[in-house]
Amino acid sequence: MSAEAGLVPLFEAVQAIAEQYPVRRSAVMPALHLAQERHGWLPPEAIREVADALDLTPAYVQSIASFYDMYHLEPVGRHEIAVCTNISCALVGAQDVVEAFEGELGISAGETSEDGEFSLSTFECLGGCGWGTVVAVNWRYRERVSAADVPGIVGELRGGTADGT
Amino acid sequence: MALRELLFEHGDRDLTQIGEYRAVGGYESLRTAFGMERDAVIEDVLNSGLKGRGGAGFPAGRKAGFIPKPGRRHAPAYLTVNADESEPGTFKDREIMLRIPHAVIEGSLMAAYGIDAGQVFIYLRGEYLKEFEVMKAALEEARAEGLVGDDILGSGWGCTIVLHRGAGAYICGEETALLESLEGNRGQPRSKPPFPAISGVYGAPTLINNVETLATYPFVIRMGGAEYAKLGVENSAGTRVFSLSGNVANGGNYELELGTPLRELIYDIGGGIPGGRQLKAVIPGGSSVPVLTAEEVDTRLDFDAMAEAGTMLGSGAVIVIDDRACMVQLGLRVAQFYLHESCGKCTPCREGTRWMVQILKKLEEGTAEQGELDLLLNVCDRILGNCLCPLGDAAAMPIASYVAKFREEYQRHIDEGGCPFGGESSLAGVLAPVDQHHAHQRAQIEVPVHELA
Repeated sequence: MSAEAGLVPLFEAVQAIAEQYPVRRSAVMPALHLAQERHGWLPPEAIREVADALDLTPAYVQSIASFYDMYHLEPVGRHEIAVCTNISCALVGAQDVVEAFEGELGISAGETSEDGEFSLSTFECLGGCGWGTVVAVNWRYRERVSAADVPGIVGELRGGTADGT
Repeated sequence: MALRELLFEHGDRDLTQIGEYRAVGGYESLRTAFGMERDAVIEDVLNSGLKGRGGAGFPAGRKAGFIPKPGRRHAPAYLTVNADESEPGTFKDREIMLRIPHAVIEGSLMAAYGIDAGQVFIYLRGEYLKEFEVMKAALEEARAEGLVGDDILGSGWGCTIVLHRGAGAYICGEETALLESLEGNRGQPRSKPPFPAISGVYGAPTLINNVETLATYPFVIRMGGAEYAKLGVENSAGTRVFSLSGNVANGGNYELELGTPLRELIYDIGGGIPGGRQLKAVIPGGSSVPVLTAEEVDTRLDFDAMAEAGTMLGSGAVIVIDDRACMVQLGLRVAQFYLHESCGKCTPCREGTRWMVQILKKLEEGTAEQGELDLLLNVCDRILGNCLCPLGDAAAMPIASYVAKFREEYQRHIDEGGCPFGGESSLAGVLAPVDQHHAHQRAQIEVPVHELA
């Protein structure tokens, strides 16, 4: 994947990132973000690439990747949908929004659709509390989402652009 | 009192553009600072009475003053900007970065100059993708105009800024966990001492400040510390951006003078409770702080008044709760958050948050025995003060306060063998996040806790 046309090989891209820090290990998070961008998730191959680039062991890199919610150690859908269900959104109907997505996509929160198009998750506070319910589609925020908006969002993504915007 | 906008002044202009920002005096405070001794910059911040806007409310000038002076340090100092905003209810740093990214950069440079740090790390919450892009673009503009890099504004002093993206971990907002994460480790807190001012990132003296705190630096220097200190009330100087959310008509971020009554924010500015409902409770500083009842809505939004009321101003996140909410469900939802976010390092927090969730579930399901209400308080008590970082306390304090202030409602769950709200609570059915890493195998961890009602 990293040898795709037009892309700097991951190894080299990570070296450039590492130079910004006094200690190279600091580049492990940006390197994982980059690897995930390229692979869609973090397969063992991606973990090894990051490890090689930073002179770390794959086990160490895995331990970092497994700590944070945004690194995926399993494949996820092309569209990642995260619905905030923390207090502020919960108070204004987040649960209805979750159920509307579940109904529309035919999957439960925490699952990926069989065609690999959608992953749905409930998420802790996304930081849009005054404008709940907040839904992040591929980390682009949509605010004041109600259950009634859900069919439109899903329809748009089914026919829409790859980055979900 | 009403809105008092310093940071959010000039809301009609696109201050993400460096030209616009400079047109309203942007980067002039940095120039002013360069004309001052380093210590004088920090002294002015100290005199301003500015307290940290992240949550703990520690005086910003004193914190900067803990950094050993140049020539008396064992390693170069660093400034780390805590932009890992994730306290539930809080979304102000996000808006500050989106609207005035250059104020964050300018303030960071001023603080870095004040402590003579040649490098700044901005640790930005991973989920904040747009904010990352806005900050990145602003940094590029600032670099292009020679405001970041070598010999800034001909001062002979240089500073680089690195934007570092997090990846989804509430714990990394805790300063020592943030430093661990920044070093490329798992984001688990360190024991203190040594404090970051002595041994922070890479073992070097490190100042860590919240986004809003640093974005306020330019205004402090522009006005002069003594003048800034006149804003607000005693021991709570200045303005603050409050994040208003929950059951309120006009949620949003509002910049107010400290000392404004909570009632004014909720009713006059926020438009009150919609749908003809009654106010039941207010969380005044993010989900980690003790709750206030409707009767306490006249409490002033300042550090001392909140302390007197037994709670904290925290991150300035005001969450309004109307009379449809079941306080056991609220407790459960809050406890689930801390269970999910506990890093697992300290036993009282790791195990205690799990116990809290289990007991609260039983209460909500109506299977709890009388002794378990006291057991819940006992668990809270055993967490408090027994962990390396404040996350455990942040779970225990609110839950203990819900029981203390709404004891009767908790008792009814036991007496009536279930939730008195039936399925009608506004929080009914709320799912806690599934474990993102094992979603496929373990979708159950998430727990539809209230389906039994």
